[in-house]
Amino acid sequence: MAVKYDLNEREVWDGNFAASQSLRQAKVDVVAAYPITPSTPIVENYGSYVANGYVDGEFVMVESEHAAMSACVGASASGGRVSTATSSQGFALMVEVLYQASGMRLPIVLNVVNRALASPLNVRGDHSDMYLGRDSGWIQVDAFNAQEAYDLALCAFKIGENHTVRLPVMVHQDGFITSHTAQNVYPLSDEVAYDFVGDFKPVDDMLDFSRPITYGAQTEEDWHFEHKARQHKALFDSREVIDAVFAEFEKISGRAYKRVESYDMEDAEVAIVALGTTVETARVAASELRSEDGIKAGVVAIRNFRPFPFDKVREALANVKSIAVLDRSSPGGAMGAFFNEVSAAIYSTPNRPLVTNYIYGLGGRDFSIEEAKRIFKEQKENADAGHIMTDIQQFSGLRGPSLGFFKTKRG
Amino acid sequence: MTEIRWHSRAGQGAVSGAKGLGDVVATTGKEVQAFALYGSAKRGAALRAYNRIDDKQILNHAKFMNPDYVLVIDPALAYTDNIEENESEETKYIITTHLSKEELIEGRPSLKGKEDRVYIVDCVQISLDTIGRSVPNAPMLGAFVKVSGMFELEYFLENMKRVLSKFPQKIIDGNMQAITKAYNEVK
Repeated sequence: MAVKYDLNEREVWDGNFAASQSLRQAKVDVVAAYPITPSTPIVENYGSYVANGYVDGEFVMVESEHAAMSACVGASASGGRVSTATSSQGFALMVEVLYQASGMRLPIVLNVVNRALASPLNVRGDHSDMYLGRDSGWIQVDAFNAQEAYDLALCAFKIGENHTVRLPVMVHQDGFITSHTAQNVYPLSDEVAYDFVGDFKPVDDMLDFSRPITYGAQTEEDWHFEHKARQHKALFDSREVIDAVFAEFEKISGRAYKRVESYDMEDAEVAIVALGTTVETARVAASELRSEDGIKAGVVAIRNFRPFPFDKVREALANVKSIAVLDRSSPGGAMGAFFNEVSAAIYSTPNRPLVTNYIYGLGGRDFSIEEAKRIFKEQKENADAGHIMTDIQQFSGLRGPSLGFFKTKRG
Repeated sequence: MTEIRWHSRAGQGAVSGAKGLGDVVATTGKEVQAFALYGSAKRGAALRAYNRIDDKQILNHAKFMNPDYVLVIDPALAYTDNIEENESEETKYIITTHLSKEELIEGRPSLKGKEDRVYIVDCVQISLDTIGRSVPNAPMLGAFVKVSGMFELEYFLENMKRVLSKFPQKIIDGNMQAITKAYNEVK
């Protein structure tokens, strides 16, 4: 029986501490980890909760992130509630095993504290690692502040472990900007949090010796395709479960989450589409622009990066005139991946608004309210002109000469 | 919205100071943010920590700010760091120094004309006298409480005791003395 951990109704926690508390409250059985900046405190704190008796679990020390995720796969297949955390290079080293975890349909919860990928070496936040996971078959949810890192980690267990879903879930938060920023966080009591997550109910656990089963079997062209199709369908079908879990979470916490979040969008003419903390900074810019300049600005945020909410994105952006999609990952010789996905969704709407792409914030470059306003104003100019006045892809906040690519004459 | 920027060296406790301040402010019902810019910074490297305080949820995640208060807890940084960066005409400076205000401003001419917004306190000496080693963050909090008038000293001390409750009683007592001494000595 775990020792009671004293919680206040209002705490001042950073994103890492908040995430670690959700692991304690969900009574995670096994955390196998190889800590890396800026996600280190999540697993470090879980380790201290185990050592001090605040959770009946096991902390497995391993020699790499590849081994960490491998141990998580083993523990999850054996029938335990499993979680870990990583960032950046550690995430990159985990990638091979991420595909194994999702292919074996193991509901592991991975807290990803987003950080840039080297080289050059950089410990600060951008979304390179998050993007690296986008085809891995995991559900990906994105927190915009410390409170959400806590809330969504609790939701993640309930979503992934649902027997119609049975998929691993990543909970993303921005490195340093969320992970190391202390803010007011309003935690649930241990009882309410655990009742919400519920007991772990394994499916086909390997330790059930009365019913031996195989994990990670080989399938060639005879069955591999069908497995992958089922996995893809399971991801898209998880949308209903995600909505239901969010609705249930709202009942116990008063905090509402949606797969696509819209702010000031009812009458918006121009919009920023973004991920992470940038969403909240852009919200401040939108509301200030509305009162200062009368620009009808709004923000659309993708809470659920995977399964990508194609239909919800279309609905959210159906009536705007010009949209800026912000990518916080170096696109490496292409338009931003997020821009491409949002554009594809909007392309099938009758209105087909103008869409431009901003690459910003790489390696933790600051994103200010003023910069968000400048981007909104460029969208306003596009909307008024009826075509894109700037390069279609631009770099925002870059030092030196401006950098951009591709023009269009499309009205 | 009140915005505070700390200038410190890694190891002097600006991050803990900012988080401690945030913790106490939150007990008054306000929303807070405390963060720092470091990472692979080594002990002694110049760093900055930040606080935001508001009545409603704080959505701005940028490091950019026009600070209402600049807290300098390393004496040398008053000379070498750009402590006036993005200042406004109301920015108040609390600077740790063993010098007089006149001597300090003499050595930092960019503070001239801001005498009524510059406050000095010797956080290093106060922490040596009370805690027994150089941890200038606690005295700076005492000085800030006095200059900002944000709390009664007693209220702040009571809540800091809670924030520090994991530490041995001797450390807690030393911090309380440091905060009180700086509260009384800042000028």
